[in-house]
Amino acid sequence: MATETLDPTADPAAEDVLKPKAVSNDDGMAGEKAGLTWAVHLSVLLLVLLWIFPTVGLLISSFRTADQIATTGWWKALFPSEQSLVIRTDDPDDVRIDQGNGVYTVEGNVFAAGSESTIRAWGVSTLDVSAYELGETADLGDGETLTLVEGGDYVWQGNDEQISGNGQRIFVTATVPPEFTLRNYDTVLGRNVLLNLIIYAAGGAAVGFAAFYGARSVMPGREKLAGWGLGLVVFFGCVWIFGLSSGTVAGAQTTDSMAGAFFNTMTVTIPATVIPIVIAAFAAYALAWMDFPGRALLIAFIVGLLVVPLQLALIPLLRLHLEIGIGKGYLGVWLAHTGFGLPLAVYLLRNYMVGLPRDIIENAKVDGATDFQIFVRIILPLSFPALASFAIFQFLWTWNDLLVAKVFLIDATGSTTVMTNQIVELLGTRGGNWEILATAAFVSIAVPLVVFFAMQKYLVRGLLAGSVK
Amino acid sequence: MNPAFQGLLTILIGVGGCLGYFYFSNLLLDRVIFPGRGANAGRNINRANMVRPWLFLFPAIFALGLYLAYPVLETLRLSLTERIPGGGLRWVGFDNYIQMASESKFWEAMRNNMMWLVVVPAASTAFGLLAAQLTDRISWGSVAKSLVFMPMAISFVGASVIFKLVYDTRPAGQEQIGVLNALWLQFDGGLGSILLLKIVPALLVLAFAAATLLVGWRLLEPMIRSQPGRKLTAGPVVLRILGLLVAAFLLWHCVTGLIALATYRYNYGAPQTWLTIPFWNNFFLMIVLVWIQTGFAMVILSAALRGIPEETVEAAIVDGANPFQIFFSIKVPQIMGTIVVVWTTITLVVLKVFDIVFAMTNGQWETQVLANYMYDKLFRSNDWGVGSASAMVIMLLVTPILVWNVYNARKEMR
Repeated sequence: MATETLDPTADPAAEDVLKPKAVSNDDGMAGEKAGLTWAVHLSVLLLVLLWIFPTVGLLISSFRTADQIATTGWWKALFPSEQSLVIRTDDPDDVRIDQGNGVYTVEGNVFAAGSESTIRAWGVSTLDVSAYELGETADLGDGETLTLVEGGDYVWQGNDEQISGNGQRIFVTATVPPEFTLRNYDTVLGRNVLLNLIIYAAGGAAVGFAAFYGARSVMPGREKLAGWGLGLVVFFGCVWIFGLSSGTVAGAQTTDSMAGAFFNTMTVTIPATVIPIVIAAFAAYALAWMDFPGRALLIAFIVGLLVVPLQLALIPLLRLHLEIGIGKGYLGVWLAHTGFGLPLAVYLLRNYMVGLPRDIIENAKVDGATDFQIFVRIILPLSFPALASFAIFQFLWTWNDLLVAKVFLIDATGSTTVMTNQIVELLGTRGGNWEILATAAFVSIAVPLVVFFAMQKYLVRGLLAGSVK
Repeated sequence: MNPAFQGLLTILIGVGGCLGYFYFSNLLLDRVIFPGRGANAGRNINRANMVRPWLFLFPAIFALGLYLAYPVLETLRLSLTERIPGGGLRWVGFDNYIQMASESKFWEAMRNNMMWLVVVPAASTAFGLLAAQLTDRISWGSVAKSLVFMPMAISFVGASVIFKLVYDTRPAGQEQIGVLNALWLQFDGGLGSILLLKIVPALLVLAFAAATLLVGWRLLEPMIRSQPGRKLTAGPVVLRILGLLVAAFLLWHCVTGLIALATYRYNYGAPQTWLTIPFWNNFFLMIVLVWIQTGFAMVILSAALRGIPEETVEAAIVDGANPFQIFFSIKVPQIMGTIVVVWTTITLVVLKVFDIVFAMTNGQWETQVLANYMYDKLFRSNDWGVGSASAMVIMLLVTPILVWNVYNARKEMR
């Protein structure tokens, strides 16, 4: 709670904390201290790598198959790796070929088409998984044989009885090139959802850029609006017209689905971000620019409420909601988030509005503007950076929240589950299935990450202007 | 009704309702109740202007009162009562607190919370300060900062999944897919292992002990060596003694820790289930929060470092100070105020930490913390009395920071 003065308007440094400082003075690290400069670069690199390493692990894991995740660490996924694979030959009842004289064969390849894996050794029993070299023939007893040659082609030969039932198991030790798949996203979100999203986003971006450069000559000054606007229209238009999902993946469990939880999270987040802003903006204006007895006391009251743990509010408010008939549901969670977000909103906005130039407001008053007009026409547009800062805070906070949703939203049916809760449940039920977990987690953190990188400037401003929750 | 549609409707009703309320209540005030025309125009305008602030404030005050102020009082009341089967509440005085104090889980949560309170703010602030200073003047500093700052956007639950993958364990003999175990299996008890696992930690503990000693000496010095013209009053003396006690406590732990470190025999070559090792698993959970909060500390401290007047640094360079002296003797003292702010802010986050423990261990294997203990009591055992009592404990721990913030805010406004 930075009650310390860190007002963004007063502090020019706050504007671009994330930009490097353009000063020639280098802490005296010039010339003979080049070694120290190198040490600084190296330590920063190390720190950054350490910090992004865990997230990268999750991201890469979400693009690997369950087998790959279980057999090698994700950090080896970028390079060819030696893996022990268990492969079954094609089902003999479907594909066996009658060679005459009661001899049947099954032919095929242990790898999927286009794979560039190379086999080092192979076997047919768990007791010795690398008993044979390439080109050797394994004797399975009673004349039944299996031959595996370079490239993964195999021939399995035997009599009618031997070449039936299940396919023969082959244990292969192979060097497998890096391989990534979108399958996990298909499982978690629905078939082709990620692919479609990428295509639509690319289309939207292309149209947006075209509009941006087109508008630059036609109506200068509006090019950003045109670019973003058209891009988003194209993106959402594609989603609307072509749809996102084309069914579910075979074998996907319905409890793995994040699509419903994603929309539930959206439904919670957007109203819970917008409504407190409106309420807080009016209150902040009154606290900043209107004179009335008890103003200082009220500000102190709000500063105090900033740090009240919301844990205290759970039971009393749940009881209240149940008594007045709201119960557990979206309305309750919107109200709760609004209440919990208000102190920060009022505090941030008030600090910002106090810093606005007095002249503008007084001139407007002299010209006969009412307070309402001043607020809507002058203060609100000027306060955009502070509004954006708070909006990001509240968005991240409500999107990432688990506790409030668990208490005020999610009822016994579980139909209103949010993503954070869904992930916690997956941790319980699918604790070892990293392909599902990693993908689900990445789906839930993707949107905040996009917002974070797109609007970092405002987030930093907000942090400096006041506080965090 | 489709929830998405319901959400859209709520935005429209919420925003429209708020704007409508503000617009029409102002209109009502100016035109009907105190019209700014006719005989009493002047007086009416004044009266309207006295009422108007409260029109602007009413929704906010109402929501704040109902959703934050009232629950504090109500929780206090609940913590002193007990539910009667069939409805209603019965006054039981401090029984809930006494019952809570007799539970070992509560003391485990208290002990763990205290560890969190020491480790997480200290580590986050230290890393944040380091990152802020290092990235400040290099060309790609902005990119580096963005990446260190990024975990701020990730939910505690998401971070828990990320770190569960880091801590993952496979049975011995299989290839480890968790980074920590893969690293751990590289140690074989040779010279490198001893260097990294015995000597480096020992040096770290020694450095921490030295820092504690230094702080302790700074606290003690004015009390035993009376300086002319400076008299110590009672309040600061009490604070100093408290600080000394904490320092002594930490020093004692440093000593016992060093002994334990020297005698401990590592279980080389066996994969570890990190989250089930009592005591140490707390630290593996803390790493998650440190990872998230470092970016916050870095951003705030980075701004503070830039606010330092260039002249002070230049003067130090002229006087021949080396970069380390400049950092520790010139820069850090000047941003002490901001460091305190960062520290207290992270302390608040730590006191409320719930999701990480809930998602990773759910308080098993001696990792319970207060917020999760409270959740357990409220929603699993349905024991509102004890649950509310533990919520009050969290409130009590937050109160000093609350008072300090209000005090500062009021001082600033004068």
